[in-house]
Formats: sequence, C-alpha cells, structure tokens
Amino acid sequence: MSGEIILRTHNVSKRFGRLNALNGVSAEFRRNVITSIIGPNGAGKSTYFNLLCGALRPSSGTIEFEGRDVTGLPQHRFAHMGIVKSFQITTLFPQLSAHENVRLAAQVRVTIFDMWRPRASLKMLSEQADFILERVGLGHRRDRPAALLAHGEQRALEIAVALASEPKLLLLDEPTAGMSPQETREMMDLIVRLAAERTIILVEHKMKLVLGISDRLIVLHHGELLAEGAPDEIKRNELVKRVYLGQRDH
Amino acid sequence: MLLGSATSVALDVSERLRGWLPFAQRRRAWLAALFLILFPLVAPFKALATMILIYGLYALGFNILFGYLGLLSFGHSALFGTGAYFCGIAIAHFGLPWWAALSLGVLGGVLAAAAIGVLAIRTLGIYFAMVTLALSQCLYYLFYQATDWTGGENGLTGVNVKTINLFGFGLDFVNPLVHYYVIAAFVIVALFALSRILASPFGAVIEGVRESEARARASGIDVVRVRFVTFVVSGAFCGLAGALLALHLSIVPIETMHYDTSGLAVMMCLLGGMGTFFGPFVGAAIFLLLENLVSLYTVHWQLIVGAAFIACVLFFPRGVWGTILQRSRT
Repeated sequence: MSGEIILRTHNVSKRFGRLNALNGVSAEFRRNVITSIIGPNGAGKSTYFNLLCGALRPSSGTIEFEGRDVTGLPQHRFAHMGIVKSFQITTLFPQLSAHENVRLAAQVRVTIFDMWRPRASLKMLSEQADFILERVGLGHRRDRPAALLAHGEQRALEIAVALASEPKLLLLDEPTAGMSPQETREMMDLIVRLAAERTIILVEHKMKLVLGISDRLIVLHHGELLAEGAPDEIKRNELVKRVYLGQRDH
Repeated sequence: MLLGSATSVALDVSERLRGWLPFAQRRRAWLAALFLILFPLVAPFKALATMILIYGLYALGFNILFGYLGLLSFGHSALFGTGAYFCGIAIAHFGLPWWAALSLGVLGGVLAAAAIGVLAIRTLGIYFAMVTLALSQCLYYLFYQATDWTGGENGLTGVNVKTINLFGFGLDFVNPLVHYYVIAAFVIVALFALSRILASPFGAVIEGVRESEARARASGIDVVRVRFVTFVVSGAFCGLAGALLALHLSIVPIETMHYDTSGLAVMMCLLGGMGTFFGPFVGAAIFLLLENLVSLYTVHWQLIVGAAFIACVLFFPRGVWGTILQRSRT
C-alpha cells in the first residue's frame, strides 16, 4: 500500500486578518512514508501543519483524507479518523501520571461518556498504555506526573499519547525542539522505527535533521509551495539553496 | 494565635492521615457514609446536621463542575432552586408521593442545567461565570413572577410530608432523627454515585479536559460536549439537593434561587477544598456551623464568617480538607 496517496491538500490558503499565512498550497502525502515539511521561519509551516490536523480551518481550498473531503470538520473528528498530532510546545495532561496520559488517549477510542463501569475494568487499555510507554522508553516513569518529567521525557510522552490514538497519520510538530543532541538522536531513531507502520508528517525547522530520514520533502517559503520531492532532488534544488543560503544553522 | 494553633492542628491530623490515605481514597464513599451515620451524635442539633447534609450535597454537585472540570459557574442556585420548586410543586399542588417528587426534583435540576448549559457552555472563564449568572437570574424572575405556582416572594408553602412510606413501613418524618437519616440515605446514595462517576471512563475524560483542553481535543475528545454533559450531571446532584431541601423545610423560600445561593456553593467549595471528594462537605459544615454559632451571639454574624473565610483562603489556599490532603501526601 506504500506510495498510495493518503492525504491531499488542494489549493489551501489561510488568512489571519490581512496576513496571508498560506497561499494556495497543493500537495500530496503518501502512505507509510515520512514526509517532512521544511522552510525558514515564517514560511507557514505551522499554519499548514494545523490545517492538516484540523486545528485550523482553511480560508479556502480543500483537504482530502483517504479520498474523502474533510475540510472544516471539527478537530476531534480528525482524531477519530486517524489523524493525530503532537504539539510543538509540549501539551500533556500535566497532573496525570505518564501512564494515565497514555491510557486516557487510548480510552477515547473505546468510550468517552461511559459513567458507570469502573475505569480499572478496561484492563486492555491499561496494558496497551504500558506497552506504548515501554516502546518510547518511558516504562520506568509510569507513575510519575507528566509535569515532573524531564523535557526529553515529556517529548517522548507526547509521542506516546499520540500513538495511543492508533493514528494512521501521525503529525509531529518539531518533535526535537529544545532537545539535547543525545535526546535528538534518540527521538529521530524512534520516529524512523514508528514509520515502519504508519504515515508520518514531520514539521521541522532544521533541514539537516530531516534530510536523512525523510522519504519526501515539502519546502514552504512565504506561505507558498517552493519545492516538493525526494531528499536528493531538494538538496540540488537551486531555489531551495537560495532560500536557505546564509542561514548557517541549517 | 488562634489561627496558628488551627494550622498546627491540621498538621497534626495530616500526620495521622498519611498511613491510611490510600485506603481512604479507595473507600471514600464508605467512609463518608459512616461519617454521615454517626454525625447526628456530635452535631449540636439535628436540623443543623440536616442542613449540612443538604448544602454539602449541593456543594458536591457544584464541585463536579468547578473542582473536577475547572469551570466556575455563578448560576448553580438555578439548578438547586429548580430542583426544590419541582419537588415542592409536585407535593403542594399535585399531592404526589415523596419519591415521585424527589425524582421530579432531580429532573428539574437536569432540565435547568440543560437549558443554561446549552447557551453558556461555549463561553469560558469569566464569560461563563457571567452568562450562567445572567441565565440563573432569568430563572429566578420566572419563578418569582409565577406566584400561582411558586408563591412568589412568600415562597412555596405546603410541602408537607409527614410519613415516608417505604415498602409498607411508615417512617415518621416529623421525628428529627428519622428525618435526618431519611435525607442522609439519599445523600449517601448520591455519594456512591458520584464516587462511581469519578472512577469511570467519563471521570477520566473530565480530568483530561480540565488538565489540557488542546490535548483532549487532539486526542479526539469533543470538549464542548463533555462540558455540557458534566454540567447536566452537576445539575442532577444539585437538583436532588434542592428537592431534599424542600422536603426538609416544608417550604421553598425564593432565596433558594437567589444568586446568593450560587455564591454559597463557591464559598463552601473553596473553604473545604475544590476538586476533593470530601471538601464540599467539610466546607458546608464549617460555613453552617460558623453561621449558627456566631449568630447566637451577634446579628453581625456575616462579619465574623467573612473574616473566617478570608483567613481560610489565606492559610488554607487549597481549602481546609484540600490542605490536609496535600500535607499528608508530601
């Protein structure tokens, strides 16, 4: 099934008042590969990302998921269809334990409004949460409140919470923001491992970081699509070079 | 001086609590039931004990929204009051049996919550507080004007229940102790129901929405609907409390609906500890005991109770019960 198109945006734009954050972007995302959205600051990456996960509605244009028009649906519906995002700024349930963070996200797939059964009777969810925590390397932090975890651990928990929703499409917004080189390497390894089973869309500021792991890249600049293609093509692309020129950090 | 010793008493209690706290958490509804059964033995008089039960239940219902979901409503008097009037009207005008009247009271709370909730739930923070306040005042005037049904300014009289018939047994509802235990039975059932709801999957969702709305939404939770359902559940508990008040007083004073009563719920929750299981009861007990004791000596009891409230907020920022819990955890 790899290579089939899972998500497509057609001519999407987003305006905030008089600011055109995003201008007629059409792009396709293929199943079971890692696609990275890159671009310099203010390129519209985050805006585009938030349109893809349903957190924002496009001002115009359409978004198609698995062949279905999903433009303008509320965000919680996106999650139920299998489009789940992680946040750039860590957004967890701070006072709940790592385990409960993951368990609750998993529970949403089963029940939200059940007021009578004890939570503990849904054993399967609790086991699944433990499994996911082990997978992202947080097994030993199971009972610690999310707010008390180290920054890198919180980023990993963020991924774990997203995984608990069993996403078909996992959207990650700068997952390595603020991480040490060591933590960054671990996170990148984790992302590559996760990509074996699902589609991943990654937003990243630093091009170097994603060139090695991405199957496809989408380059945004001033709210418009600058280039799209395999890492090698993007590396050779003159336009992209010019945009990134003089930005030593990349 | 006095406050200093109060704090040290709290510390002392918390020392002893530490050991059995996990047990108390698991068996919270049983412990509360036990306490309510023994309570009349220590309460100064039965009528006050009954008032503490009823207002404790009302604050408990309010706490579901305020403490567990994190929404401050200033309109809960409407839920409490509608419960009281529905129950009262069922008995005074239609002569329905006590159990039907109580059920109608719960229904009243649910309906009032649904009506207010549907309009208010899309707003947040101070706007939510103001919209609920405004809508509850609308209901207040509705009940105030409908004199034929509610007695208007004079309150609804004639809510008389002399005996409670239970499976062929007639319980003497005029006897203060029987009276207390009948009402306590309902409060205990409500406590078990609440404990169950909090431990349910929906209870987990409520906590999640309070902790982070953005995270909840990204995980697939319809946050607005969760808020609405929680508001309605809160309305059921407050409606039951109102209905019990009508049975207890044999009259429904119009003040039940007044926004003072909404403020009371906020105050009791803050006094006892918002977001804790026992907090609202502790808060209701402190408030009503203070009111009753101080008003024996001076008509300016509100001055003293107000000062005590300020002292509590300053020295027990998580409420009396909440502070004890916090100290015993660390």
